[in-house]
Amino acid sequence: METYTALRHFADSWGLLAMTIFFVGVVLFTFRPGARKAAESAAEIPLKED
Amino acid sequence: MKYGLETGLLAVGAFLALLGAAFAHDNQFQAHMWVLFFVLLAGTVVMIRRVSFAPYRVPGDSLPKGAASPYFDEVVKYGVIATVFWGVVGFLVGVVVALQLAFPDLNIEPWFNFGRMRPLHTSAVIFAFGGNALIATAFYVVQRTSRARLFGGDLGWFVFWGYQLFIVMAATGYLLGITQAREYAEPEWYVDLWLTVVWVAFLVAFLGTILTRKEPHIYVANWFFLSFIVTIAMLHIVNNLAVPVSFLGVKSYSAFSGVQDALTQWWYGHNAVGFFLTAGFLGMMYYFIPKQVNRPVYSYRLSIIHFWALIFLYIWAGPHHLHYTALPDWAQTLGMVFSIMLWMPSWGGMINGLMTLSGAWDKVRTDPIVRMMVMAVAFYGMATFEGPMMSIRAVNSLSHYTDWTIGHVHSGALGWNGLITFGAIYYMVPKLWNRERLYSIRMVNWHFWLATLGIVVYAAVMWVAGIQQGLMWREYDEQGFLVYSFAETVAAMFPYYVLRAVGGGLFLAGALIMAFNVTMTILGYQRDEEAIPGSSAVAQPAE
Repeated sequence: METYTALRHFADSWGLLAMTIFFVGVVLFTFRPGARKAAESAAEIPLKED
Repeated sequence: MKYGLETGLLAVGAFLALLGAAFAHDNQFQAHMWVLFFVLLAGTVVMIRRVSFAPYRVPGDSLPKGAASPYFDEVVKYGVIATVFWGVVGFLVGVVVALQLAFPDLNIEPWFNFGRMRPLHTSAVIFAFGGNALIATAFYVVQRTSRARLFGGDLGWFVFWGYQLFIVMAATGYLLGITQAREYAEPEWYVDLWLTVVWVAFLVAFLGTILTRKEPHIYVANWFFLSFIVTIAMLHIVNNLAVPVSFLGVKSYSAFSGVQDALTQWWYGHNAVGFFLTAGFLGMMYYFIPKQVNRPVYSYRLSIIHFWALIFLYIWAGPHHLHYTALPDWAQTLGMVFSIMLWMPSWGGMINGLMTLSGAWDKVRTDPIVRMMVMAVAFYGMATFEGPMMSIRAVNSLSHYTDWTIGHVHSGALGWNGLITFGAIYYMVPKLWNRERLYSIRMVNWHFWLATLGIVVYAAVMWVAGIQQGLMWREYDEQGFLVYSFAETVAAMFPYYVLRAVGGGLFLAGALIMAFNVTMTILGYQRDEEAIPGSSAVAQPAE
C-alpha cells in the first residue's frame, strides 16, 4: 500500500480512536472524585503571593 | 570581564556577517549581511562599553539596592519596553499600509511598496509586539506561579536579544524584498534557522523553570504557555523545511510541492493563530485577570478542559484556508468540522474568563484595566464565533479573499491580543518598577475607549466592504457574464479603506497614550488626577 493511503487509514481509525480515548480520559479525570478540592487549591496559586 | 564570552561571540558573529557580505551569492544577501554586520557590531560596542541602562531611581524608592527580587525580572522589564515599542511601530506601519491601499501614490518604490510593507506590518504586530508580550509575560508568570527563578541564568537575556535580532533581520529582509512568500512565515531560511535556536533556548528556560518549581501543581496558565512554545517550535520547523540554493544566498525552495506545500503552510498559518495568538494569550488571561480582580479563576476544571479541547481541535482547523482549491474535499470538510467544534472550547474559555469577575462586576466600572481585560475576552468570544462561521464552506465562498477576512483578523488581533496585552502591561509595569501605581489611570481609560472605538470602526467597515466586495465578484448578468470588472470592485472600496485608516489611527492614538503613560510610570512620575469615581483611592488592586 502507498504510504499516503496507509497513513490516512491509520489516522482515521486507530489514531482517531487513541486521541478520542485520551481526550475523554482527560475529561473524566478532571471530574474524578476529589478533583474539586484539588482544582480549588490550584486556582489559588497566582493569588497566594506576588 | 563579565560577559566576556558573549561579547567575543558577538564580535565573531559580526565578522562572519562581514564575510557573508563579501562572498554573497546575490545582492539581497549582501545587503542583508551588511545589516546584520552593523547590528552585531553595534551590539559588540555596547557590550564592550557596557553602558548602564538602569532606570532612573526615584528618591525614597522603597526597594533598596541589593534586596534583589527572587525572580529574574530585568529581562521582563526589557520585554515590556520592547512590547510597547514594537506595538507602536507595528500599529503605525498598519496605518501607513491602510493609507497606501486608499491612496496608491503613497507606495514608495521599491522599499516601501505595499507588498513589502504588508509583511512588515503583520510580522511587527504578531511576532514583534505579540511575541515580545508573550516572552515577557511567560517569564513573568512562570516564575511567580512556580515560585522559582527563571532557569538558565542569562539564558533569558539570550532569548530576549536573540528574538530582537530575529525581528530586525525579518523586518529589514522584507523591505529589501527577501521573502519565501509564505504568509506569516516570510523570513528566508537563514533567519528561520536563527529563530529555531532562539526558540529552543526559550523552551529550555521556560521548561527548566517548571521542572525546578517549588509549587507542586503546574498552574494552568503555564500549560497554555508551554503548549504555545512547543507547538510553535514544531510548526516553525516543519513549515520552513527548505533547501537553500546557495549557503550565501537568500533563495530557498520548500521541501514540499503543490497542494502538500499549501496545506503545510496553512497547517502552520492557522496554528500560528491557534497557538501563538490564542493559547499563549490565554496563558495571560488565566494569570492577569485573576490577579487584577483579585479572585481565582471562575472554574479551574473548566480551564483544564478548555486547554485540552483547544489543543486537540485547533491543530486540524488549517484546511479551512484552502476551501475550493485542489485540496481533497475530505480534508476541506475535516478543517471545517474541526473549526466549528472549536466554538465549544473557545466559548467555554470566554465564559471562564468573564465569570472570574462574578461578585466583582463593579470593577468593570471603576477599574479601566479590568474593563480592558473584559473587552479583550469579549473580543476573543466574538472573533472565535466569527471564525468558525467563516470556515463553513458556503460562507467562505462569499468571504474568502475579501476584506471581511481582514476585518475578522483585526477584531481578533486588536481586540483580543491587543487589549489583553495592554491590560497585562498596565498590571506589570508598576509591579516591575516598584511604583505605587501607574502614572495615570485616567489615561488607561482614554486608551481603552480609543482602542475599542478604533476596533469597532475597523471591523464594522470591513464587514460592509468585504460583503460588498464578495457580492460584486460573484454578480452575473442573465447571460452569464460577470457584471463588474476587478478594477471596479477595487474602486468601490475607496471610502471603506479611508474609514479603516481612521479606525486604525484611533487604535494607534491609544497605543501612543499607553507608551507615554508607561514611560512616565517607569520614570517615576505620578499624574495629579482625580480617582475614577467609585474606585478606592489607589486604583491598583489590594495585594
